[in-house]
Order: sequence, then C-alpha cells, then structure tokens
Amino acid sequence: MTDATGPADLLYSEVEEELRSSVRALLDDHCPPEAILARCEGSAPYDPALWRKLAADLGTAGLQVPEALGGAGASLRETAVVLEELGRSAAPVPFLGSAVLATTALLACGAEELVSALAGGERTAALAVPLSTAPGAGFPATVRVDGAGTLSGRVTSVADALVADVLLVPAVGPDGAALYAVDAAAAGLTVARRTSLDLTRPLADLALTGVPGRRLAAGAAAEAAVRQALLTGAGLLASEQLGLAEWCVATTVAYLKQRTQFARPVGSFQALKHRLADLWLETVGARAAARYAVDVLARDDADAEIAVAVAQAHCGVVAVRAAEECVQLHGGIGMTWEHPAHLYLKRAKADQIALGTPGAHRSALARLVDLPAPIAG
Amino acid sequence: MAIGAQEIQGRVAALLATHDPATTDRLDFLRARFDAGLAWVHFPEGLGGLGAPRPLQAVVDAELAAAGAPGNDPRKIGIGLGMAAPTILKYGTEEQKQRFLRPLWTGEEVWCQLFSEPGAGSDLAALGTRAVLDGDTWTVDGQKVWTSSAHTARWAILIARTDPDVPKHQGITYFVCDMTDPGVDVRPLRQITGEAEFNEVFLTGVRIPDAHRLGAVGEGWQVAQTTLNNERVAIGGQAAPREAGMVGVVAETWRARPDLRTHDLHQRLLKGWVDAEVARLTGERLRQQLALGQPGPEGAAMKLAFARLAQELSGLEVELLAEDGLAYDDWTMVRPDHVDFTGREAGYRYLRAKGNSIEGGTSEILRNIIAERVLGLPGEPRADKNVPWKELPR
Repeated sequence: MTDATGPADLLYSEVEEELRSSVRALLDDHCPPEAILARCEGSAPYDPALWRKLAADLGTAGLQVPEALGGAGASLRETAVVLEELGRSAAPVPFLGSAVLATTALLACGAEELVSALAGGERTAALAVPLSTAPGAGFPATVRVDGAGTLSGRVTSVADALVADVLLVPAVGPDGAALYAVDAAAAGLTVARRTSLDLTRPLADLALTGVPGRRLAAGAAAEAAVRQALLTGAGLLASEQLGLAEWCVATTVAYLKQRTQFARPVGSFQALKHRLADLWLETVGARAAARYAVDVLARDDADAEIAVAVAQAHCGVVAVRAAEECVQLHGGIGMTWEHPAHLYLKRAKADQIALGTPGAHRSALARLVDLPAPIAG
Repeated sequence: MAIGAQEIQGRVAALLATHDPATTDRLDFLRARFDAGLAWVHFPEGLGGLGAPRPLQAVVDAELAAAGAPGNDPRKIGIGLGMAAPTILKYGTEEQKQRFLRPLWTGEEVWCQLFSEPGAGSDLAALGTRAVLDGDTWTVDGQKVWTSSAHTARWAILIARTDPDVPKHQGITYFVCDMTDPGVDVRPLRQITGEAEFNEVFLTGVRIPDAHRLGAVGEGWQVAQTTLNNERVAIGGQAAPREAGMVGVVAETWRARPDLRTHDLHQRLLKGWVDAEVARLTGERLRQQLALGQPGPEGAAMKLAFARLAQELSGLEVELLAEDGLAYDDWTMVRPDHVDFTGREAGYRYLRAKGNSIEGGTSEILRNIIAERVLGLPGEPRADKNVPWKELPR
C-alpha cells in the first residue's frame, strides 16, 4: 500500500487564514442569501460586480498562476480556501469553471496569454465538458474537428459557460484528440442556458456548427491537460463541499439553540443533538480529506489520484447529508423558498454528481488501492 | 532552561555505560533508568523524569531500543502509566509520589482502576461505594466492575462516596486501595468473547489508611477528571500508516480470497476503506494541530469514529468469510493480561469491537459531549442538580 511520498500539511497557514477573512468579508457584504435568491430567478444568474471584486481586486482568480503570467504565484492550497468560502456562501460566480478547471487546463497546455487574461479576472473561460464528467472518464468525443480545423458537435451541461468569454473545447479529429480555444462570440456557436437543479451554478448546452477554434494542445498533451483539469477540479470541489457543509451545520446549530418547542430549546433534545454530533464528526473528516487532497495536488504528489478519490467519495456525501439535515431540522421553514437552505441543498446535490459521483470515485479506488471487484461470471 | 535532545542523549549514553543491557538484570536496568530520569522525561527530577519537553521521550525510547535495552511492557501496565501516574503526580503528597511511582513505572507493581459500578456507568458520579472514616483509617464497602488487571494488581485507584448528604459530585473522595487487603474479592467477569479481560471487585470492610487518600475529602470528582482526561489522551496518540488497524485486516482477507468476493461486500468494503482513510487523516490533522499547540475538538471525535469503523469492518469481515465466518477460534475462559483489538480471528474481532462504543465513555455520551461542549447546544433538563446523593432515585 503506497502512502504519500512527502509529509502532508493538513492545516491552514496564516496567509491562508488572512485570505479566508478577506474573501469572507467580501461575500458577507455582497452576497447575502436574499440577493442570491433574487438574482438566480432573473436573466443574469451571475453577479459580475462580485466577480470583479473577487477575481480582480482580491486577485483570487490567479492564485494558482505564476507571477510571471500575471498571477499571485500562490498554489492550489490558497485556491481551495477561496472555494471553502464560496461553498459557505453559495455565491453565483464562475470560480470553479474559470479559475480552477479552465485555468488548470490552460496551465497544462502552456497557453500563457489566455492564462494571464484569466488570472487578472478580466476574462473568464469554461472547460467544455459535462459537469458530471469524472477524472477517469475517457477523452470527450462529442465534438469533431474537420480537415479545415473547424468544430462541430454538442456539449451538454457545461458549468460556468454562460458567462465565459472563451470555451476550451476538447475535440477529436483526423489527428486524434485536441483541445481548442473557441471565442464565445464565434459564428456557429450557441450557448443555451439549461434549467438546472443548482440555482447558483447555472449550466449551458453548447452547439457547434463549423466553429473556428485555436488549437491549444494535441494528442497526449490535450488528453493530459483535460485529465489534470478534471482531477484538480474534483480535488478542489471537496473544499467547496466542506464549506457548504459547515454553513449547514452552523446554521442548523444556531437555529436549534433559538427555536423553542415544548417549552425547551429544541437543541436540548438528545435525538437532535446526536444527529448534529454525527454530522459535525463527518465535517471534521471532510476537512482532513479535503486538505489532504489539495495538499498533494499542490505538490504534484504521486498520491493525488487516491487522495482526490477519497476526498470526493467522502465530501460529496457529507455535503448532501449536511444540507438534507439542515432542511429537516429547520422544520417547516426549511421547506420554504424564502429560507436559503434550499440553495445549499441544490448546490450540494449537484456537487455530488459534479466531477464524478461518490460511487464513481469509490470504483476508482478499487483499482488504485487494489481492492478488486468480484470476477464476473 | 529546558533540557535539549543533546543532553538527553548524553544521559542515555551514561546510563548505558554503567548498565550494559546485555549483562544487567531487567529489573535493575529499569530501576536505574527511572533513577536517571529517563523513564518519562516530562516528569520532575527525582520522580523518573528530568522536567524535559514530552516529545524528547521519543529520543530516549529510540536510543534505548537501538541499544537492546529491556522495556517495561506498557501494554501490561497501561492503567498505572496512563491513569494512576498522572493523577498521583498532580494530587499526591511527596511521600505518595516517592512510594508509588517507581514500582509503578518498572512494572513491579501493577495498578487497576476501581471507578465503574453496576449502578454507575455513564453516570459515574452517582457511584454508591461507601467509605467511612474512623480515626485515621477509612472502611470501604461496595462493588466495582469492568476492572481490568484487578487479578494482577497490587494497587488500585478508587473513588468512593464519603458524604451522601451533598449533591453527587461533591461527596466523592479519591483513594489508593491495597488490592491485597483481605476485604478485596476479585472475580473474573466473562465477556461475550468467552474470555475475561475484566473483573468484578467486591469490597467488604476494606481498610485504607488516610495517608492513602489522593486530594482533599469531597474533591474526588475533580481528581478523577485528571484520570479520565488522561484516558482520552491515550486514544489516537500516534501517526498511523494507511490501512493500519481493522481495515488492513479486512483488506488483506479481500485480496487473499477472491472466491469470497460479492458485489454487495465490495461496495461496503470500499465505503469502509474510505471511512478508515478519512479517520486516519483526521487523526493526522489532530496531531499537526497538537504539535503547534492548537488542540482542536477533533480528539472527542476520534474515539467515536474509531468505534464505528471497528464495528463495521469487523462485522463485514465475518460476513465476507462466509462458511469460515461460522466458526469461532476458542470459547475457553482465559484471563489475558492485555487486549489486542485486531488479534485472534475474525469472530473474536467482531465481538470484541462491540466494546469499543461502550468502554471509556459510550458513543452516546461522547455525542452529548460534542453537542454540548463543541457545538454549544443546551443540556437536557436534569433531575439530579443540587439534590443530595441519598435522595436520588436508584
């Protein structure tokens, strides 16, 4: 059984805690649940003003980008702290799609100009794969390249594509796999909003008909770039799920202290206390698993695949359970549109499917840690 | 100025120079090690320590192990080392420390713990064993239970009720009890595994000199907190590699026996493997916090997680073994001098794991502790607040 090759740092540095405070303060000021609710029913589901402050002013979009390319020269560890806070606020910003998935793919391709534009926050990009794609999935083949180098096909359920300036489209052509940059305004491309379960992370379906694109990588390099983006995305999604679960636990605990029935705070009933204790225990585990995943990803450690699969198999389940308990333990109010609990439930359930379900990650572990399935027949 | 690693190494070298492990009697070596302050370096000088930082003990242990020095077999004297010693150090008189700590550490004198009673388990403070003072001697009557090592012990740490007229936490006093007193009757308590790790201890007119009281009369509950807190410190103490413990046992069986695999068990095994890895990482994170002096509330969580995992995985293994799971290695009543949760065969492991969520604080009580002390949820309404012990329903 292999362990991590280096010592993992599962804690938060002072710099990371300072970053957390800044992001939290910004989100507390600009992103109250009422505002999210109002926005996600309108025609502009994302908050561009918040994105400018978060991505450009605070510089979070370029945390994992080297300084030479206009980034902050930090690492995925800091990026993950931002995701914890975004999970805690269910903020409608394209951070996962642009600053994590697209940026990781572009860094892997060495597409420096585009990386710089994303790092500064002035442009955003989306990796054109269904949000449900697991890291171990084969190279997407729903878009074809013709001899003239134009793209045709469909990609469904793409996260953060609605506001993307650039779409990173995996496509297969006569020369095999390749990754293309397609301008969102290109002729022949339509980006159609889907009605999505998660109100705060809108999805779009892409239809391409003879769309011109710029090839960023081909063959094994393209495959590696997409694989690295999906693995990194799945690993960092665990931090978003952790933040989300923590909001649900904290909000539920606060409500149980204040809500009185049978002349007692309902939080004094042991039946409820034990449920909260179990949930807290799971979030403690989620923090350890999420921190480990991001630490090994940041160090490009050989244990990354196992760490990501463990984090996703655990955190995907914990976030959903926390959100479901939040709804249930709020009683009637938890079932209303007015209370924000449903925003977190919808995000948690969509996150459980995003970048591989817990079951898909467990199946990956069967191979990675040599616990093979029964032999067929 | 605290002692550093270099000076500690010098003292180890000096001990080895005067007491060659190859030619020195085991007990003589252990006594010399104690007297050199290398038993537990964080203890004070003269009491087996050097007043050094606790992590330096690892330096001593490694050097002595490398030199082939004999150890004090901590598995067999865990209650003395882990619970009695820190309590004696904190509350004992100078005479008590000098009398008890050296033979406790060398293992010459085994210790046991007389706390739990048939009527006082989770509600330990309700205990009813009575101690009455006559002159300078206490007379103790009552019954204790779940006492490991009672049949090998020379001494016991004991809590007993000395004042029934005050609320339960206030009328308890803490003693050192002589297990060779003729009023002490130790009977093995056979458990569901067939063996008897534990005992029932009947106390009838047991005489304890007042000089063997630890702490003030009526303050036994506070003294006992030191004992119990040290019990919890022992859990989750050291870094564990991936697949350590019960999960490794089950994973090895899975790999070795492809004929036993089913899809249902595969899914459950993978879930259990993930849970075990998450628990391992949680423990690792806790250790990193402790190393930085930021103890987190994760400690309480570790025992809960450990018990659940041990039970799920050991149950899974019995089921996985199918026909072999129908067998049991041995029901003979034996009295082991230590316990190994992952020892023996699958059936034993499954049955022994049932105790993991009961011993050292039930999982239900641990959940109350997390809910109230970590999450700040209000306590249940209580019927025993400010009521004299003798008026409580029993």
